Amino acid sequence: MEEKVKDIGTDEKQEYIINIGPQHPSTHGVMRLVVSLEGETVKNVEPHLGYIHRGIEKMCESLTYPQIIHLTDRMDYLSAHINNEVFCLAVEKALEIDIPDRVKVIRTLMSELTRIQSHELFWASYGMDLGGQTCYFYGLRDREMVLDIFEETTGGRMLVSYNCPGGVMYDLHPNFQKRVKDFIKHFRKVLPEYDEILTNNVIFHERTVGIGTLLREEAISYGITGPSARASGFSCDVRKHEPYSAYDRVKFNEVLYTDGDAFHRYLARVEEMRESMNIIDQLIDNIPEGPYAVKMKPVIKLPEGEYYQRVETPRGELGVYIISDGNKTPYRVHFRTPNFANLSVLNHLAKGFKIADLISIFGSLDYVIPDIDR
Amino acid sequence: MDKKQLAEFIKSLDSDFEIKEGKQYTEVTVRPSKIHSLARQLKEKEETLFDFLDCITGVDYGHDLGVIYHLRSTKYQHFVVIKSRTADRENPQFDSVTDLWQAANLHEREAYDLLGIRFTNHPDLRRLFLNSSWGFPLRKDYVDNDNITS
Repeated sequence: MEEKVKDIGTDEKQEYIINIGPQHPSTHGVMRLVVSLEGETVKNVEPHLGYIHRGIEKMCESLTYPQIIHLTDRMDYLSAHINNEVFCLAVEKALEIDIPDRVKVIRTLMSELTRIQSHELFWASYGMDLGGQTCYFYGLRDREMVLDIFEETTGGRMLVSYNCPGGVMYDLHPNFQKRVKDFIKHFRKVLPEYDEILTNNVIFHERTVGIGTLLREEAISYGITGPSARASGFSCDVRKHEPYSAYDRVKFNEVLYTDGDAFHRYLARVEEMRESMNIIDQLIDNIPEGPYAVKMKPVIKLPEGEYYQRVETPRGELGVYIISDGNKTPYRVHFRTPNFANLSVLNHLAKGFKIADLISIFGSLDYVIPDIDR
Repeated sequence: MDKKQLAEFIKSLDSDFEIKEGKQYTEVTVRPSKIHSLARQLKEKEETLFDFLDCITGVDYGHDLGVIYHLRSTKYQHFVVIKSRTADRENPQFDSVTDLWQAANLHEREAYDLLGIRFTNHPDLRRLFLNSSWGFPLRKDYVDNDNITS
């Protein structure tokens, strides 16, 4: 026993240690949390990573740029399109290519659909984590419609791999506009139901309001981004501060709250779905005509140098840092993934709360484990 | 501040710094011993206020090992990149900046895990993804027995 306690790096021999994961429904993937308890109170949370570490950064060093795009899907599989986009934007920036308007609008539309389906799954699984089984069925039912739209245009439901350097792989499917409009119409109708069942639910309030409060200064110091940070009042939306694709031509609000507890992190995501629908409304009837991709050279070589590009994924800021030595494969690729940075705050937030609250806090930060491990 | 003003300001802190106006961001190259003092000044000086650490990247340059810091100011929205290198491959050491930005904790552990770069004064420098018997896969001289890449 003594050795075991030593193993997880704590000196308090009286503490009760409990393992959550690597196979546990509330970790939403393969991650292990070693939790030290005193009674039911959390003393320390120690995430153990690496169960799904694939060495993507190492693999990138021996793959060409168009090949790497398919690996980026597999980091945060709920925002596959946006992960593709950040890599394409970095490559296009390095090559100084002008992207057709049509591509920019298509990418923005797809990104916002991605954001909606990701937040839907967050809503579904967070509800289920806290005991609302119905949420899971509602969330997945509506998410299915977005996945069908993806499938029709890109051929993939989750791992779309739709972007390529210079544009997108194929043109939009003729049904795209109609189906998106149908979905938005349907989703506007059902979103108030989401609020009825969870947002205004007393039991849900008991589990989330005032739980795991994150201050703005802490969010900045811990490098938290995305809705989790905006719920604490830290304005960090890359779409606003450094617009890419077509975000400079649409009007939308950055959802900001100041409370910073689990409930407001949840609320920020629900409100973001509404903002995403507004963005789609503004663009869906104004998709410019033109080519859907620029013709690229068969072998893409980036000029020698370093390139950094960041975008806003549903979970925060995703940065890609490419060092090129002029070859067809990058010298070094580093992904600054939002979940990896957001993970650092978990211990700080959960300390002092009950173990049941840990599930609530963990859920409200909306982690996707393959994005942490890469 | 724009890139030029930022470069001049950092130059005025210490003439020893090597400053390059990159295509995107101002890049400062410093010796490993000066990272921490530069980082602290950039974070605390009223003119720069780099309070957000975007990421720390470890790089193997073949002969040297290096770390690259991407810093951002949430107030002014300007960016700076700090770079440092060491030729010591056996025991590469840099000062930890965890006391300035909590975010550095995991980023430094990642750089240690994948490249074997040590950060002095780090509160908890352990392997992050891999077990302790594994080599450092992001080093260019890593022997890939497990066929990760092919």
